[in-house]
Amino acid sequence: MNQLLDAFAWLADPAHWSGSGGIGTRILEHVYYSLLALVLAIVAAVPAGLFIGHTGKGRAVAIGLTGALRALPSLGLLTFLAVSMSLGLRLAIVPSTIVLAILAIPPLLAAAYAGVEAVDADVVDGARATGLNEWQIVTRVEVPLAAPLLVGGLRSATLQVIATATLSAYLGLGGLGRFIFDGQAVRDYTQMLGGAIVVIALALAVDGLILLAKRYLLPQGVGIALGTGAR
Amino acid sequence: MRFDWMADNSDRILELALAHVKVAVLPIILSLLISIPIAWLAHRRKGARRILVPVSSVLYALPSLPLFILLPVILGTKVLDPLNLVIALTLFGIALMVRTAVDAFDSVGRMTRDDALAVGHSPSQVFWRVALPLAGPPLMAGTRVVSASTLSLVSVGALIGVPSLGYFFTNGYQRAFPTEILTGVLGTVVLAVIFDAIIVLAGRLLLPWVRATDRRRA
Repeated sequence: MNQLLDAFAWLADPAHWSGSGGIGTRILEHVYYSLLALVLAIVAAVPAGLFIGHTGKGRAVAIGLTGALRALPSLGLLTFLAVSMSLGLRLAIVPSTIVLAILAIPPLLAAAYAGVEAVDADVVDGARATGLNEWQIVTRVEVPLAAPLLVGGLRSATLQVIATATLSAYLGLGGLGRFIFDGQAVRDYTQMLGGAIVVIALALAVDGLILLAKRYLLPQGVGIALGTGAR
Repeated sequence: MRFDWMADNSDRILELALAHVKVAVLPIILSLLISIPIAWLAHRRKGARRILVPVSSVLYALPSLPLFILLPVILGTKVLDPLNLVIALTLFGIALMVRTAVDAFDSVGRMTRDDALAVGHSPSQVFWRVALPLAGPPLMAGTRVVSASTLSLVSVGALIGVPSLGYFFTNGYQRAFPTEILTGVLGTVVLAVIFDAIIVLAGRLLLPWVRATDRRRA
């Protein structure tokens, strides 16, 4: 437990927070790597998932793909891309972003198609009968009703990306993993522990933010339409 | 790609694959065994559900490598002790499993439970003879997810020096030798496929009626 106190003392030292290698900068780097990958994954996975959910086409492929991607060990993929891509070692952000995006795709894709599929067929037919075209059905009916599941998918994608962005430092990048690998290199367990605590705190804080956003940003009607009440 | 390297190092590959399996097996079994009573409690009592389900979902938010580093301090174990990994992976397994298991028990339905009580089952018999067998298929599906995720996470332990197929990732990276890393990736995927087959087989033995009645669901 003394080590834990040391780690908190390390965290409380303002000198560790400022500057280019400080905790503040590392948090920003960590968030930047995570956001970059998440945006890419959302652009790739959500439209594809909505299409699959709306048309029912390509469902088997999506299920197989998400299952296969989940079994791939991210550390293996990260190191493999880094040493086999021609710019993998010089521009480590490329393999790192690819791996983080690949990690985020399965939960986003699954949430998008499962969310749309779960929308009552009568509701979709009703929308069609009132004269909405297919695009309007997707954007005005299916997406809002799938929103709770989409947010759930976004949550698991975000948490996995933030956790795994720690490994980016293994390729020499920044982010909060720096403290863990730099501490390990000089057997400075206090620094490793301090870094570990910041990553955990960041993950929990982001998780809390997503849950709050879910509570306050989802349209009230969605809860009523899905029978879960206006939470 | 140098397949001769794989052949030359088959002993080492087997040794590390075995170490990998040793770390992975316990968390997969433990997370199932621990999640079932937790989920049953959450299924039966609304108050318990309000605490247990969010807590297990927070566990899921914990990042793996930082947790591997934090646990030795909390548990008083050595940093290199595989026990840290086993406990961390069990926590992740529970995080994935509790939600699935609660849904599984919910899907059994109050009517079925009341019927079982009405024909003279005691509450514990309702659990063992009715609820648990009926929740079997989703529990098995959840175990398959836990198995794949555990096997993939074990390799992260290589970063703190716990031997597994993940050693090929760190060593292959330091030597800039893609074949070695790919060997580790393939090894992990092969283990995941074998584990999955074993779970499906165990499911067929334990839940023999599923295949007969639920063929259309598969």
